[in-house]
Amino acid sequence: MSELRRVLEGLPGVDQVGLEGRAAALSTRSIKAASKAYAIDLAIRMVDLTTLEGADTPGKVRSLAAKAVRPDPSDPGCPSAAAVCVYPDMVKIAKDALGDAPVNVASVATAFPSGRSSLAIKLADTRDAVAAGADEIDMVIDRGAFLAGDLDRVHDEIVAVKDACARPDGTHAHLKVILETGELATYDNVRRASWLAMLAGGDFIKTSTGKIQPAATLPVTLLMLQAVRDFRDAHGRQVGVKPAGGIRTSKDAIKYLVVVNEVAGPDWLDPDWFRFGASSLLNDLLMQRQKLTTGHYSGPDHVTID
Amino acid sequence: MSFFEYAPAPESRGVVDLRSSYGLFVDGEFTEGDGPMFKTISPATEEVLAEVTAASAADVDRAVAAARRAHSRVWSRMAGSERAKYLYRIARIIAERSRELAVLETLDNGKPIRESRDVDVPLVSQWFFYYAGWADKLDHAGLGPDPRSLGVAAQVIPWNFPLMMLAWKVAPALAAGNTVVLKPAETTPLTALLFAEICQQADLPPGVVNIVTGAGETGRALVEHDGVDKVAFTGSTPVGRQIARAVAGTDKRLTLELGGKAANIVFDDAPLDQAIEGIVSGIFFNQGHVCCAGSRLLVQENVYDEVIGKLKDRMATLRVGDPLDKNTDVGAINSAEQLARITELAATGDAEGAERWSPPCELPSDGFWYAPTIFTGVSQAHRIAREEIFGPVLSVLTFRTPDEAVAKANNTPYGLSAGVWTDKGSRILAMASRLRAGVVWANTFNKFDPASPFGGYSESGYGREGGKHGLAAYLQGGTR
Repeated sequence: MSELRRVLEGLPGVDQVGLEGRAAALSTRSIKAASKAYAIDLAIRMVDLTTLEGADTPGKVRSLAAKAVRPDPSDPGCPSAAAVCVYPDMVKIAKDALGDAPVNVASVATAFPSGRSSLAIKLADTRDAVAAGADEIDMVIDRGAFLAGDLDRVHDEIVAVKDACARPDGTHAHLKVILETGELATYDNVRRASWLAMLAGGDFIKTSTGKIQPAATLPVTLLMLQAVRDFRDAHGRQVGVKPAGGIRTSKDAIKYLVVVNEVAGPDWLDPDWFRFGASSLLNDLLMQRQKLTTGHYSGPDHVTID
Repeated sequence: MSFFEYAPAPESRGVVDLRSSYGLFVDGEFTEGDGPMFKTISPATEEVLAEVTAASAADVDRAVAAARRAHSRVWSRMAGSERAKYLYRIARIIAERSRELAVLETLDNGKPIRESRDVDVPLVSQWFFYYAGWADKLDHAGLGPDPRSLGVAAQVIPWNFPLMMLAWKVAPALAAGNTVVLKPAETTPLTALLFAEICQQADLPPGVVNIVTGAGETGRALVEHDGVDKVAFTGSTPVGRQIARAVAGTDKRLTLELGGKAANIVFDDAPLDQAIEGIVSGIFFNQGHVCCAGSRLLVQENVYDEVIGKLKDRMATLRVGDPLDKNTDVGAINSAEQLARITELAATGDAEGAERWSPPCELPSDGFWYAPTIFTGVSQAHRIAREEIFGPVLSVLTFRTPDEAVAKANNTPYGLSAGVWTDKGSRILAMASRLRAGVVWANTFNKFDPASPFGGYSESGYGREGGKHGLAAYLQGGTR
């Protein structure tokens, strides 16, 4: 048995009922007034505005980039999103569209979403995206290898992708490791995969591709937040968390922030350490923000559809 | 304001229509009593909520007579399916008026609204639904071919779960065809009086439920009354002893649900994050005012540092304060008297050399408050490891082997509940069969269900409440 496997299987188990009970209990927090305004602005700053479709075009990506920079054209005080998240061939277009704006370009890579390709192709995919200017790489792990028990292979692949994130100037694109928790199926697997990704050097652990159901859930995210908290206690390195897929309302986003706050702690309440992978969430956040600013609901015609 | 502080989110008191004074609920009507009035306050603010009547012996007499009449003329003769209709109706009204009940419970008791809203009141409604289902099926409860009701039940309940204890007592008694005279605790009479209104709203026949408020004197008059056939008490072990003495030699049946000093046992292979939650809900749920609270934490020594570290981190996120705030986790101590008792017992922990720790938390200046507290370095010989504190104070002990865990857990005069945390199913079963406790929770704590019997060993009392077993306590032919 490999050393890695010994470490991962030595992690404490997860009791499903207890974990889901804790997530449900935290969902009953009532976030009002100034706390709500703060949470909505923070959530906007944490959005990785995402389009990952076969039908993506330069026009679609450019309008998404414009939206990320200025989510609410009617209010210059509205913060920008954290990043736009696209396929590798759209990175350059997104980068050009964003210019000097304080919005990153994240690119999925490594034969996203299934990851079913050779390592050489996954690495080439990654280098391509980095060369095109991606600030962040969202890679997928090899779930087949993980479920087959070949943990070293999963680990070594993450290490190799991390190397491929290096730029000629010695800096690295930020590496987010997608666990695809919907395919890992058990909470014990999610905890082990989280630790595996962190031990291999991932800068972020991310729940899902958005292409598999279930995508992000509150209990899974809670569990991953426990993992990054425990990992920092053990190894002194802070790792970020990104739930992606299925988070559509401000109410949901605020529940996630409560969980971040009470499980990992306020250190993670920052776009550097927590992100939402989402497309429709942003507009709901904007509508709630307008409601708080103006005192009435404006409706979907008052937010842009990009 | 930072996000971490959360803006106040108080539940509105507007749903509760409080009268300035209350009489007794006897024979279907609110009537004035002979006794003096006393005040009931909100323990979070010391604000006077209402004046309530201390029922005299004569008042108790009237209530028992009304219950007797209702039993012999109406309730015991009614078909079980008809009794069930009333109980279902009560269950539904409780669900419909749940917000009102939750707010009033929180006001009078000091427990967080999150708990009364999400735990207490839903369970109260479930209890009535559950026993409503039994009312026409008593022949099939395994208690003989034709079980009969006992008659008039005298029921005395505590202040920690005023409504829930009422439901645990009233629902099975009524389902089995008994009528009741119930005395709520002195410090928390208001929701029982609101329940009386619900009985009126449900058109429950007069005298089936009677509620007499008051303190120990009223309770004594009730349990010693010649006209009662059955006494059910939940409360402290010393008072339980007095009642057992008073009932001895009479024909009255008796069930007692008394104190506890439960062991919550964490093995090294436990799901640790969930175990931490279980430790927290085991002792800080309802401010530790729980007879089955996991007040002794037994941690396997090889994971002690990790468990204590995580526990302290978790405790630092507990929100102590205004019970009506929807984000409050830990509310007010129920009374000045209870606060004094907690303070005194905790002081013996300091004096006997245990190490006290509480998270930094600001307590309100008015009302009765005690910060969530753990004592480490506790041994079996310390008073805080033996006596029931009935407050948010946890004593932490360690063990090395399963045998030692069992020996320490069972080394108490009580035996109400216990918790076992391990990923190993076989160990759960082995521990459950060796622990001397009425309830053993596995990988959870302080969870209640109307279908599950609840009760204790030795000084934790006798008889079972809940489930089919709970019916036996209210039927002839029942074994308890």
